[in-house]
Amino acid sequence: MKKRPKLARGVAVVGAGMSTFGMFKEKDSKDLFAEAFRELRASVDRGVDPREIEALYLGNFSNDFFAHQAHWAPLIADLTGLVPKPATRTEGACASSALAFREGVIAIASGLYDVVLVGGVEEMSKRSTEEVAEGLALANTPYAGRVGFTFPGVFGAVATAYFARYGASREHLMNVTIKSHNNAPLNPKAQFPLTIRNIMTTKSESVKRKDLTAPDWPTEKAFLGDVAVNPIVAWPLHLFDCCPISDGASAMLLVAEELAGEFTDDPIYVAGIGQGSGRGLHRSLDLTSFEATRYAAKEAYSMSGLGPEDIQFCEVHDCFSIAEIVHVEDLGFFEPGEGYKAIADGATRLDGPKPVNTSGGLKCKGHPVGATGVSQLYEVWTQLKGKAGKRQIPHGDLRVGAAHNLGGTGGTCTFTILERR
Amino acid sequence: MEGPLLSDIAYNRFIAEERLTGARCRNCGARWIPPRPICVACYSSNLEWIDVNGKGKLAAFTCIHIPPPSMAAQGYDRKNPYCVGVVELDDGGRVDARIEGVDPTNPESITIGMPMKVKFLHRTVNGKAESYLAFEPA
Ligand SMILES: [Zn+2]
Repeated sequence: MKKRPKLARGVAVVGAGMSTFGMFKEKDSKDLFAEAFRELRASVDRGVDPREIEALYLGNFSNDFFAHQAHWAPLIADLTGLVPKPATRTEGACASSALAFREGVIAIASGLYDVVLVGGVEEMSKRSTEEVAEGLALANTPYAGRVGFTFPGVFGAVATAYFARYGASREHLMNVTIKSHNNAPLNPKAQFPLTIRNIMTTKSESVKRKDLTAPDWPTEKAFLGDVAVNPIVAWPLHLFDCCPISDGASAMLLVAEELAGEFTDDPIYVAGIGQGSGRGLHRSLDLTSFEATRYAAKEAYSMSGLGPEDIQFCEVHDCFSIAEIVHVEDLGFFEPGEGYKAIADGATRLDGPKPVNTSGGLKCKGHPVGATGVSQLYEVWTQLKGKAGKRQIPHGDLRVGAAHNLGGTGGTCTFTILERR
Repeated sequence: MEGPLLSDIAYNRFIAEERLTGARCRNCGARWIPPRPICVACYSSNLEWIDVNGKGKLAAFTCIHIPPPSMAAQGYDRKNPYCVGVVELDDGGRVDARIEGVDPTNPESITIGMPMKVKFLHRTVNGKAESYLAFEPA
């Protein structure tokens, strides 16, 4: 029998930072990481001397393609004054920096290092939409890519299978979008800090200024159902079901548990961490489930001794609206086929029993792919520290939160549980 | 049948010859479509090529309005979307394929579970002959 996964030494998070996410003409990857690193340093209660940092693990999917520059780990080590200490890049498509976080945890747990910087960066917006789509599709399986599946196409296909199996519809995808847009204006780092209502008002006013007949959308769902403003990308996914093209960076400072007190009186601990692999769309065991997510979750739950019911809130990888629905089931929060109903009932709202994507999610916070995993953990850390401002979960005693990160079309998934003891 | 290396290169070449192929493990009998060089049921490397019956059912699909460059080069765009999907084969296994003979501008007319049969598409893309696995309603 497989033994229960366990870290040989405990690991704590004592600092975190992220850049604002968005599309920046005047900032490159180094500028973005510098923003994240400065915030990280300021967030360490008793301060950190960068000379104490022993190694860097950096997630980056494809700045080689997006920014015509490869080999980012030493560049970021140089930026942050870590050279000649070791700097390692991790690549797991959109889960690249969750892998950096996990490698950093493993390095400390092994006893090799005591203080490690982890993070991620991606700079996508200097390429055209078509080029970005092509770059992302490089993380598809060759069989899906060859016949013309795009990333949104793969998740669109998952949605049609889910709809047929469980009786969900586009309206249930819209619930995810509306909820993410409700959270985003409360996050000062978000790329799209606007509710769907805000966007409806802006669109109506711009049409009126041109003396055209203003469209009349009685509800948010009527707006999202209007293909003039929400065109199809890959049926049944429309523009507002898809995350944007983004630039951004994220960073976290990990230390050995016994040293955490030197940095802060309020450390956040890694309770459980898991990573899984997937086999691609045509060979997936079930078209309405992600095997890699289920494996990662099982590992993390087993390591932590916690179950889905103990996770008070979660950042879930919502590259497309359907992904959030399927993953809240794969993570065990809801039974298969029940996720879309729970979301419709408001279970995942900021004030619901199981808040999901309080940051606005990839959809609204932005998705600079290599930076996303650690930015999700930044949100969990911020909530656990009670520093989430207007989007602070109103539950009172927050002790356990988690982040789920997915790479490609499910080829790499991670699940990480953080806790305050 | 005996044949070339159990690779994607040969699999795609068979598609150009209008054959849907896979591999069968001589050790445990497991079937793999597309073919694999190592059986992941028993870890044997003793596998052989098989021809696969091209009948199945539509298990998932999407109609793509924003094409990647390779599909744009075949004339697809927002006004001329295309359908791709996953087909569950009657003899077991699934494949990713282009879906022909349906109306991609009317996705609600396409239904999961529709019986499908294999079809092979031959196109010239950026001056190069390419063949693609496709299915159409049976
Ligand atoms: Zn075998």
